[in-house]
Amino acid sequence: MPFIANTDKDREEMLKTIGVKSVDDLFADIPAAHRFPKLNLPKPLSEPEVLKEVEAMAAKNLTANNSAWFLGAGAYDHFIPAIVPQMAGRGEFLTAYTPYEPEVSQGTLQAIFEYESMAGELLGVEVMNASHYDVATALAEAVIMAHRVGPSRPRVLIPAALHPEYKAVLATYLAPISSLKVEEYEGEPGKAKLGDDVACLVMAYPEFTGEIRDIGAGSENAHKAGALAIVQADPMMCAILKSPGELGADIVVAEGQSLGNPMNYGGPFLGMMGTSEKLMRRMPGRIVGEAYDHEGRKGYVLTLSAREQHIRREKAVSNICSNEGLTMLQTCIYLAAMGRQGMQAAAELCWNKAHYAASLIGKLPGYAVQNKNFFEEFTVKTPVAAEKIATKLSRKGIVPGFPVSRYDKKRPDELIVCVTEMRSKDEIELLASSLKEAAK
Amino acid sequence: MNIRPEANIYDLSKPGRTTAVLPALDTPKTAIPAKLRRENLNLPEIDEETLARHFTRLSQKNYSVDSCFYPLGSCTMKYNPKVNEVAAAQPGWLGAHPLAGEEFCQGSLELIYKLQDMLAKIGGFSACSLQPAAGAHGELSGVLMIRAYHVSRGDTKRTKMLIPDSAHGTNPASSAMAGFTVVTIPSDSDGGVDMKALKEALAGDAGKEVAGLMITNPNTLGLFEKNIEEIAKLVHEAGGLVYGDGANLNALTGVLRPADVGIDVMHFNLHKTFSTPHGGGGPGSGMIGANKKLQDFLPGPIVVMKGERYGLEQPAKSIGHVKAFYGNFGVMTRAYTYLRMLGAAGLRAVAENAVLNANYMKVLIEKNYTLKYPRRCMHEFVASGDVAEGIKTIDIAKGLIDAGFHPPTIYFPLIVNEAIMIEPTETESKETMDEFADAMAKLAAEAKSNPAALHAAPVTTPVGRLDEVAAARQPVLSYTGRK
Amino acid sequence: MNIDKNARYAKSHEYARKDGKEIVTGISDHAQSSLGDIVFVELPEVGKTLKAGEAFGTVESVKAASDLNMPMGGTITAVNEELASDPALVNKDPYGKGWMIRFTPSNAAEYDKLLDAAAYEKEAGKE
Repeated sequence: MPFIANTDKDREEMLKTIGVKSVDDLFADIPAAHRFPKLNLPKPLSEPEVLKEVEAMAAKNLTANNSAWFLGAGAYDHFIPAIVPQMAGRGEFLTAYTPYEPEVSQGTLQAIFEYESMAGELLGVEVMNASHYDVATALAEAVIMAHRVGPSRPRVLIPAALHPEYKAVLATYLAPISSLKVEEYEGEPGKAKLGDDVACLVMAYPEFTGEIRDIGAGSENAHKAGALAIVQADPMMCAILKSPGELGADIVVAEGQSLGNPMNYGGPFLGMMGTSEKLMRRMPGRIVGEAYDHEGRKGYVLTLSAREQHIRREKAVSNICSNEGLTMLQTCIYLAAMGRQGMQAAAELCWNKAHYAASLIGKLPGYAVQNKNFFEEFTVKTPVAAEKIATKLSRKGIVPGFPVSRYDKKRPDELIVCVTEMRSKDEIELLASSLKEAAK
Repeated sequence: MNIRPEANIYDLSKPGRTTAVLPALDTPKTAIPAKLRRENLNLPEIDEETLARHFTRLSQKNYSVDSCFYPLGSCTMKYNPKVNEVAAAQPGWLGAHPLAGEEFCQGSLELIYKLQDMLAKIGGFSACSLQPAAGAHGELSGVLMIRAYHVSRGDTKRTKMLIPDSAHGTNPASSAMAGFTVVTIPSDSDGGVDMKALKEALAGDAGKEVAGLMITNPNTLGLFEKNIEEIAKLVHEAGGLVYGDGANLNALTGVLRPADVGIDVMHFNLHKTFSTPHGGGGPGSGMIGANKKLQDFLPGPIVVMKGERYGLEQPAKSIGHVKAFYGNFGVMTRAYTYLRMLGAAGLRAVAENAVLNANYMKVLIEKNYTLKYPRRCMHEFVASGDVAEGIKTIDIAKGLIDAGFHPPTIYFPLIVNEAIMIEPTETESKETMDEFADAMAKLAAEAKSNPAALHAAPVTTPVGRLDEVAAARQPVLSYTGRK
Repeated sequence: MNIDKNARYAKSHEYARKDGKEIVTGISDHAQSSLGDIVFVELPEVGKTLKAGEAFGTVESVKAASDLNMPMGGTITAVNEELASDPALVNKDPYGKGWMIRFTPSNAAEYDKLLDAAAYEKEAGKE
């Protein structure tokens, strides 16, 4: 049997030690009528056979590796330095457990601490947790945090232009809290109508359409009403534009997939989450801090654990246990590998290439760019249905962007185009000429 | 193990050093508006060689399944097959986007569909969703489904969730997040659910307020819940549903399908039973399976057949999305590969060897340690570590570290004093188990003859026992010496 | 186990000691000992009015956390700001420097419903 070390001889010896005749005897407590069911699974494969099967399946996908790729909308094709998977894939990191025994987990713990430090700097917050499942779940828990800070404030304001997937997750998480009412606002968060019945103002930086709003004004607006400012940010953008923390955010959430993790058909991703020291005890997720042993040697340890489920049980801040340790590690190595220079360079490449693409597309007959301010993604009004354009071009190996109609049938002529540092000038010009053709 | 102190990444930074080599800009430049522009970005600047050494040296400070035995009860630290890593690293997976369109992602959709099918069959469920990202996430989904079920029937009185006192902390935490009040059911002297207490909690008007029961089987003591069918029947008769916590499924693969004994909805941990690596704290994947009564409420979208093609569909009465997109695909590829190599016979061998190994270890450990519930165990068992005056479980745990083993799970479940929970899993060899039992015996002896040595353990690691009190009183949660 | 004979006690281990028109509240020596080294105490805002039995804050150690409940109903007049920088005061001197809140009781009669020092000692001894 694969992956089982013991032989029949070993098993015989063990059965003798235990004092039973056969392994079946060990299952005597299982209800007889249901014991040893026949599982109708496909016949097992050998190692080369299973790899052949998996390779063939994987080859059926259209990917950023085998096409001209301009799709973003929540999962991004960014450069991942080779050292990231090489280091993260080491067995000592990959097959380690959650660092509950700190003396034998200093590698994992120090890496988490370094991630908390670098990610906190990037997002502009004092305290980061060690990860949530993704930005959507992190955002949902941030809103719940705000609710617990202000339980008598029933309103939660979110932008109409928040990613539809994140809206959906928020709705699921908030369903059991009947007192909360989620309301959508349009346009600038600084102009949203707040009152002392608002628990939090959620802002997207940038929004799903790519638009960059005045987050500073939004935070001021929230604080004037006594509400918390929650910002969902693109972490890559924070390398060259003001961080959400700098712009007054009380809680920041971001999708760490952009930072060293492949798109992987949507997961595993990385919910980055951070807040101020004032609010840190209300934040879910593991947190690593410095600690010293009796000889004065510095180490790292999981701390502020009284928030968590294994101690507080039903009174815990959250139920989260296993999180996204490995994707967090990849982001940590990525941030160190890119460093200040690399992050700024990559983000500037995205900015410049996206603005070049927008300028070309804006000149095409029938096409118009909708955004005033954007980073790497912008929304284009299309002359014919965006879905038709996307399907036609994808079949030719050019993925032009995201047709908004896939979430909202009432918006059939909007395409969200994403241009990262991975796109060449040739590819961008190919996109422009293909879009021109597709309009005919 | 690397016991030398390793500098913080910021201390290795030197202005001008770089690792990443990016392409030059080949398009015109556009100015960034001054009011948006960020002034300072204090991230390290490091060359690749220093970076490689830093993370390599850090990795060498970890214990891992690849380097040593991890008898962590309830965690199922089985060996993580390397073929899984090769399968998961296919460029066709890594470069795939969840919103690229069903037509262009048939490979990924096919894998999710087939995995859904295999896992549902293993549990006896009629459908499942792979969207939850972890066990606790699956639990939250399951209790939200139970909530939605009762709401759909117009029954808004069912505000209570029954949970055994031996349950993992995520059970009550998930229930609370779903808006339920937790009612704790005590365990009886045999380590199972106290049937008298259960019947009381389900009787009369109290029973009408019960939404369901969350149960782990085998339970967190490693004992098979002999009354499971009766328990499920009682809960169903009172109008409630039964949630199964699948953390201990490793004892049952190919031996029992939980749906057959009355479980309505259940999560599996792909990162436990199905061999995907623990990664230092995830990613996991918490498949959630449901019977016909609850399958319409599954979180989604899930993958279905649409004619000849695979496609995405939201279950008819779905609780909605519990995560953006479709789940941790990169974890699913590993579990899929593992299941394709095991097949039904391989899965049965998993449970058989897991339970055999645990019972073998139990006989060896019982010689020196007391078991509060000494009856036949399944894939894990719980002993008590206070073997001598002044010695606690934590001392045995730290002593094991110096012997080259990761400690077992300690101080859980809460219903056993000084608990130490041991789960060898099916991948462990007899020799390793014998070595571990020897080490435990030596520690029991040392506890009596030289307790001071145990109090000082561990001594072979980069740091000794850390002052967690000081760390929590004056938390330092990020690098403060940044330039 | 240290008992402050001048105070009365709630079953949940908070003490109430009269000081002029106000009540001083903290947790008993037995409670601090079971919790272990206290790392953090969360206290309410001055001016808040709570009922008997309602939570006024939380107390955390490394391995446990507990709600702090009002022994009597009242309005908070002061909180011990020292505990923010030195939570260990609760361990070292729970009845003195480790006090947590002062409040004006809404119903003085509730004091008599609490356990007196001898009764509390008996109750706590059972645990």
